[in-house]
Amino acid sequence: MSDKPKVAFYWCSSCGGCEEAIVDLAEKILDVVAAVDIVFWPVALDFKKADVEAMEDGSILAAFVNGSIRTTEQEEMAHLLRRKAKVLVAFGSCAHLGGIPALANLWDREAIFRAVYLENASTDNPDGVLPSVSTPHNGDTVTLPGFYDTVRALDQVTSVDYYIPGCAPTPNVIADAVGTLLSDDLPPAGTVLTPDIALCEECPRLETKPEDLSLERFRRPHEVLIDEETCLLAQGLLCMGPATRAGCGQLCINGNMPCTGCFGPTSKVHDQGGKYLSALASMLSALDDDDIENALDSIPDPIGTFYRYGLASSLLRRRKITPVDA
Amino acid sequence: MSEPIAVPQEKAGYEPRIVAFFCNWCTYLAADLAGTSRMKYAPNARVIRVMCSGRVDPQFVMEAFANGADGVLIGGCHFGDCHYESGNHKALRRFLLLKRVLVGMGIEEERIRLEWISAAEADKLRDVMTEMVVQLKALGPLQVEVPAEGFSEEADLAEVRA
Repeated sequence: MSDKPKVAFYWCSSCGGCEEAIVDLAEKILDVVAAVDIVFWPVALDFKKADVEAMEDGSILAAFVNGSIRTTEQEEMAHLLRRKAKVLVAFGSCAHLGGIPALANLWDREAIFRAVYLENASTDNPDGVLPSVSTPHNGDTVTLPGFYDTVRALDQVTSVDYYIPGCAPTPNVIADAVGTLLSDDLPPAGTVLTPDIALCEECPRLETKPEDLSLERFRRPHEVLIDEETCLLAQGLLCMGPATRAGCGQLCINGNMPCTGCFGPTSKVHDQGGKYLSALASMLSALDDDDIENALDSIPDPIGTFYRYGLASSLLRRRKITPVDA
Repeated sequence: MSEPIAVPQEKAGYEPRIVAFFCNWCTYLAADLAGTSRMKYAPNARVIRVMCSGRVDPQFVMEAFANGADGVLIGGCHFGDCHYESGNHKALRRFLLLKRVLVGMGIEEERIRLEWISAAEADKLRDVMTEMVVQLKALGPLQVEVPAEGFSEEADLAEVRA
């Protein structure tokens, strides 16, 4: 083995987009491979869990884990990589904040199993078989990981040193973060490795954002011919820019679509959705109850919009679980 | 952020915990007046004085619920009376949108309440407070804490992060 620093990549509850983001480094990945040894990367390389277990604790320089934690297996791998790596990096929105999978926190395991395995129109399951952690089969026992009621961000399961935000993180953000991690000048633990300012502050349309917005209602992208130069909020679109961390390079804005908030909040905000709803509500012109309710009807899915990536790491974290005795 | 406070489990003798955000110019003075007038009302609210109901960030309300409040009461000035002209209108818009989110998160709508109570309306404050306590007692404790589900380390991590 060479004495290059060792790194590991792992995926938990995720879509594969974060793995794609690493491949999107294109030829830059050759620089990464020249600088480090990749010792574990299930999506691309044939190393097994046993190989990781055989390593000495702390022998991996950095483990990059994407995806949120929703099964016992993912939890176990998070702990294993935490033990083997000096630096554990939450990679992408799901590991950072819970991500899209955490919207499942509006339901619980029972409701999800019922919808997916019993009631879904395209499901054919006459015997009503549900996933089970242990099933006898031809004299053997087949096992599956346990499925938790609540989806968690990586730092709700084990301690995390750094966060690389984004759904998925952009090549520039990844390259900068890897550069930072390989340098001698490490930021304090817990740092999100992008600028700690709101997206609006580096938005190319900032100058067209009025000091005070006064909107009758909000509009969805298909309801309006979107001007390419004007602030998207000023056009009534639900742009998450004011409550979202900068650093993405404004890819969505440059594609003439509103920010959906994947980089998460800045360090000063406890709850991205709460902060954003506060900002949005003040932009409406309606004054009395009825007019306000009508205007609010133009936000069809408030939780899915404000917490698209951050429900697991929001203050309330999930829909309240009704106690069994209730 | 402070550590979550254990919510009493037993329903018998259960006293709801209310966090009340009162505007400095009206509802807070109404509470003062209720006190100097020796009015009797339920002692369940912890009152936090803010300069305007428009200062109540939805995050304050969420943090209150996340840390063990069973109800949140916001008190502001009647329309036309806001010391800052439009703070109460903003508060109403935020409140109505926040309520949609909280109801979607499984929190009963009786648990969050916005009332316009002027400095002279000590009797209204008493009635609102008493009524809210009755409603919250009927609902029982909120219990929003996320079950640990065997994540033994989670409690320790919460301490590390706090």
